[in-house]
Amino acid sequence: MIDVSHRIDGRDRPAPLTATNDFVVKFANVNGSGSASANALFAKSILRMGVPVAARNIFPSNIQGLPTWYEVRVCEAGHLGRRGGVDLMVAMNPQTFARDVASIEPGGYLFVDSTKPPPHEGLRGDITVLGLPLTAICNAAYSDPRQRQLFKNILYVGALAALLGIDPAVVDALVAEQFKGKERLIKPNLEALAMGRRHALETLDPIGLKVRRADAVGDRIYVEGNAAAALGAVWGGATVCAWYPITPSTSLAEAFMGYCEDFRADPDGGARAAIVQAEDEIASIGIVVGAGWNGARAFTCTSGPGVSLMQEFVGLSYFAEIPAVIFDVQRGGPSTGMPTRTQQSDILAAAYASHGDTKHPLLFPEDPTECFEMAALAFDLADRLQTTVFVMLDLDIGMNEWLCRPFAWDDSRRLDRGKVMSHDELESGKPFGRYQDVDGDGIAWRTLPGAHPSRGAYFTRGTSRDPNARYSEEGPVYVANMERLLAKFETAKALIPAPVFRPAGRRTPHGVIYFGSTSAAMNESLAELEATGIRLDAMRLRGFPFSDEVMGFIAAHETVFVVEQNRDGQLRTLIMNEGGVDPAKLVPVLNYDGSPITARFITGGISTRLGRGGA
Amino acid sequence: MTYITKPRLHHPLLQPNALGFTRRDYEGKVSTLCAGCGHDSISAAIIQACFDLDLPPHRLAKLSGIGCSSKTPDYFLGGAHGFNSVHGRMPSVLTGANLANRELIYLGVSGDGDSASIGLGQFAHAMRRGVNMTYIVENNGVYGLTKGQFSATSDKGSKSKKGVVNHDQPIELVGLALQLGASFVARGFSGDKAQLVPLIKAAIGHKGAAFIDVISPCVQFNNHPGSTKSFDYVREHNAAVNRLDVIAPRKEIVVDYEPGSVERVAQHDGSVLTLRKLAADYDPTDRAAAITHLQAHQAIGEIVTGLLYVDPAARDLHDYLGTVETPLNRLGDAELTPGARALAAINQSLR
Repeated sequence: MIDVSHRIDGRDRPAPLTATNDFVVKFANVNGSGSASANALFAKSILRMGVPVAARNIFPSNIQGLPTWYEVRVCEAGHLGRRGGVDLMVAMNPQTFARDVASIEPGGYLFVDSTKPPPHEGLRGDITVLGLPLTAICNAAYSDPRQRQLFKNILYVGALAALLGIDPAVVDALVAEQFKGKERLIKPNLEALAMGRRHALETLDPIGLKVRRADAVGDRIYVEGNAAAALGAVWGGATVCAWYPITPSTSLAEAFMGYCEDFRADPDGGARAAIVQAEDEIASIGIVVGAGWNGARAFTCTSGPGVSLMQEFVGLSYFAEIPAVIFDVQRGGPSTGMPTRTQQSDILAAAYASHGDTKHPLLFPEDPTECFEMAALAFDLADRLQTTVFVMLDLDIGMNEWLCRPFAWDDSRRLDRGKVMSHDELESGKPFGRYQDVDGDGIAWRTLPGAHPSRGAYFTRGTSRDPNARYSEEGPVYVANMERLLAKFETAKALIPAPVFRPAGRRTPHGVIYFGSTSAAMNESLAELEATGIRLDAMRLRGFPFSDEVMGFIAAHETVFVVEQNRDGQLRTLIMNEGGVDPAKLVPVLNYDGSPITARFITGGISTRLGRGGA
Repeated sequence: MTYITKPRLHHPLLQPNALGFTRRDYEGKVSTLCAGCGHDSISAAIIQACFDLDLPPHRLAKLSGIGCSSKTPDYFLGGAHGFNSVHGRMPSVLTGANLANRELIYLGVSGDGDSASIGLGQFAHAMRRGVNMTYIVENNGVYGLTKGQFSATSDKGSKSKKGVVNHDQPIELVGLALQLGASFVARGFSGDKAQLVPLIKAAIGHKGAAFIDVISPCVQFNNHPGSTKSFDYVREHNAAVNRLDVIAPRKEIVVDYEPGSVERVAQHDGSVLTLRKLAADYDPTDRAAAITHLQAHQAIGEIVTGLLYVDPAARDLHDYLGTVETPLNRLGDAELTPGARALAAINQSLR
């Protein structure tokens, strides 16, 4: 055991950071070491103190051995985007030690396992080192190697909770909840927590970062976007799920399986949902299209590479007019790209998926609550519009737990099955022509296989056909059908959730457009910008196609920043293409390094472009 | 006109089946395939099988991929919904349709390009999942719509119409189906309707993945000397293992066979398959023996036909998934949406 405090002898050492309910803790771990649940316990205990947190897993495409991080932003003011920078680094991974230490803010803290002396390389004089001999303590307390590893994680949670002033009763209660059903695990975990706590209080000096009880969480829930989307699929009436494993969407299908066990078992134990792990993404979407054709609500969940493979079927869904829902949990592209990093880089691939002239409705949830709402809505839209609807999550929303509004459901709400002509309607002699626009909204009536013994049968095909579903390559017939599909897309504009406006306090020539997971950082950035005198009218897009309101906002401003998490400004391109907007008017602000966008980045980008210097 | 509707004139002497339908009620639009195409014979066999089984046409759903064979569902069962989907992807679309409504009868029609090349993966996975369907491959060993390229079922050494020799090993779909766990495997020949119609009837009555490979000569591009998928070649090399009669559920067995010459297999739907043996000691309930027999006879250039394998107690994908008896597409809001109270409990668990 060594005392590391004597190493800290820097001459211009800044004062140690002091902050209450407003700091960033980052854990550097080795993948597969069992740190994830301990780190989540840490984050959730702060939440239980009534203080909002935003926690993010930063992990490699690997099962064991590579570096992984967990970043917890503690923020009583409620900013849930990444802040950037680290105030307290819990450096448990020798592989990344040097760069982890380098990322600490001046005056910040470094928590290390002091059993062995930490590497000299990278140690700084302007930070406070907090050393606890975690390995030595665990080796003395446990004989099983796995226990030694796992309890080391719990030990540091106990120590950090003590240093930060988190009520031990809160942490203990969470452990009891976490191991409900596995009661024999509760006691050893509580003992490990207490051990960490005791060692910290006995051997370490108090630090300047504190968690103080607050009342800033309210009735909000803490949940991953993928789980929320899966719940939305259950409440939205999905009965068929076909999927192929791909990060970061896998947990959506797995969550759906779990929720179906809870909510989709009939009294005799029969399953009211069919879930198939398909052989690939093409089969996944094929199953979804087949089920949609036959009147079941069906979805698949995937990421960019899967969307690439699904293109042909999405075109079929568009042209043959078959409902389908695709959850695209976006990750870093192109190709295999950065499978475990986040981006919003499938916007164009989804909006214009497939060869030929196609376009598809997209929904952009900003957090798990909207993942739930838009998931349920997507099934209504797909049935109503008889086409593929994409719900565009990303890894940041999908795989991280977010603090967000509780889910709500109106029991008077009915699933909108769209225009499906029933047996009785056919029997009564109601005229049926599969692709006839009888209502003037571009949406034709459909029938389901087996609906009626002698009426309503038709042949579905991806080839051109006339309004009565008969094969036709006549130019005018083809054009009339394609025009009707455009008319249907116009109808979709009114069904897509309206944008959310956040006007500046006073008139400004500058606007900003953003969407999806950028929302948290954008909200914080708007406050920062306003504090420096930069006022922006903000519009958060919630879907595509864009309504007149969206285009009106752009027309009403001289300059509109478009903040996105991709290289090419894909949403900006979509706006230009669909709205005929002058490219010079739309100024891209683009973060695409794979880490979630920060308020610092947005504020810096916009300030610079407005000539007010970087932030 | 790019479509032709058949005139609905019925000959007064056309016999109706138990439902009062005549054979004409099972027909579709006029075929646009070449005159003499084997595929049209298969369509006729499907029509005959459905008529014989007294099936209400609208209770069938017919799905296909892309190609000459995949066009045919428009030419039979006009009263049924059809779906001409994506090249090679009929199996997944049919799987989804089947999941949505387990009560309909699913007929998948595909070709050798559709199932053995671009769609080999989907073919394989539909077989191993046990999707309750009749999967017919109209196998002509050639790409017809694109005018005469070899397909993956073309035999090694066979010649194209232009005289090019195929050097690639053929994909034996029947053998694959056996290995992949299909619970009903048969091979027929479009030129032998008497053999084919009972095979289709038995496959429709089968619960599980039923696969029929039907050799169906392409009169335009693969019916010449040097082809192993020509009418002449198939007739000369056809080695049927049995002759099948299908006795529908609840029908009295009136045909009398010589003792020892027949095998009776009762299927899940109550139908009885009566098999007159043509190959001595061929046991159609022995999967491993079927594979051996197939390979031995293929090696000497014979085309083994007949009911090659059946598992009368087969289960299907719905059994494996444990889905409810009610078709999923008929479940209503009350059965699907857990409501606000359940959601409130979820919220509580997430705090």
